[in-house]
Amino acid sequence: MPDEHLQHGESPETVFAAAKLGLWTFLATEILLFGGLFTAYIVFRLRYPDLFHAQYQNLNRTLGLVNTLILITSSLTMALGIAAIRRGRQWMSRVCITLTILFALGFLGVKYVEWTEDFSRGLFPGTNMFFSLYFMMTGLHGLHVFAGISVLIVILVMSCQGRFSEQYATPVEITGLYWHFVDLVWIYLFPLLYLVG
Amino acid sequence: MQKLFPVKAYRNYIFVWVVLLFLTFVTWRVSFVPLGLMNVTVAMLIASLKASLVALFFMHLRYENKLVWAFALLPLGFLSLIIMGTLVDVLTR
Repeated sequence: MPDEHLQHGESPETVFAAAKLGLWTFLATEILLFGGLFTAYIVFRLRYPDLFHAQYQNLNRTLGLVNTLILITSSLTMALGIAAIRRGRQWMSRVCITLTILFALGFLGVKYVEWTEDFSRGLFPGTNMFFSLYFMMTGLHGLHVFAGISVLIVILVMSCQGRFSEQYATPVEITGLYWHFVDLVWIYLFPLLYLVG
Repeated sequence: MQKLFPVKAYRNYIFVWVVLLFLTFVTWRVSFVPLGLMNVTVAMLIASLKASLVALFFMHLRYENKLVWAFALLPLGFLSLIIMGTLVDVLTR
């Protein structure tokens, strides 16, 4: 079964290393994608410090904390899901991937509550520079969470079909890398938007 | 068949997770204390500490070779160049 993934007679080690390096390359482009927004945030924060200080208090700091805890926990279940399949434990891996998807949905649910609250208070992307950046940054991050959920569902289906084992779990591994990156971005968004005025 | 990757104990991940939760709670608490510029400094230091933990342990960067390290760190170097270059322009206008 694992042999179907090998090409040109390369060793499984090489194929696995190449897949990981490919995903790290993709993450490099992702860092620069979010980097543009982080740069804009720094520039406008330095230019309008009073606006940023007044506006960040409109955000719900407790919901921000809750969402950070949810996303960090989803990273843990992802890491455990990978650790499980490395040991060949199919069911534990499937349970962990399912939990990761549920936490990710929970994160988007909290985000939905927050945005609804913002809209009802008349805070829109066009309201001011702070909220333009806030909606753009959390929106782009939310799209990444959504993409992560979609990929994780595919991984879960593949796992249920018995496609992974302790010898071959590359798709689970690199999906995990992507998922941890989504967590990494939020680790910076949370203090920048919710905590420092 | 040779092991493709180190199999790590589950408790290592759980320990890292507990530290991440603790740091998140600390940075949240500190944000209610007015420290002026120190607020930003503390928040960014804690965020970078958390990011390092996620990259090193959850993303297994600890066990990766130099090439993967280069691919992880180079974009950060480019990002700091972009930020510095932009600031040099914006702040001296």
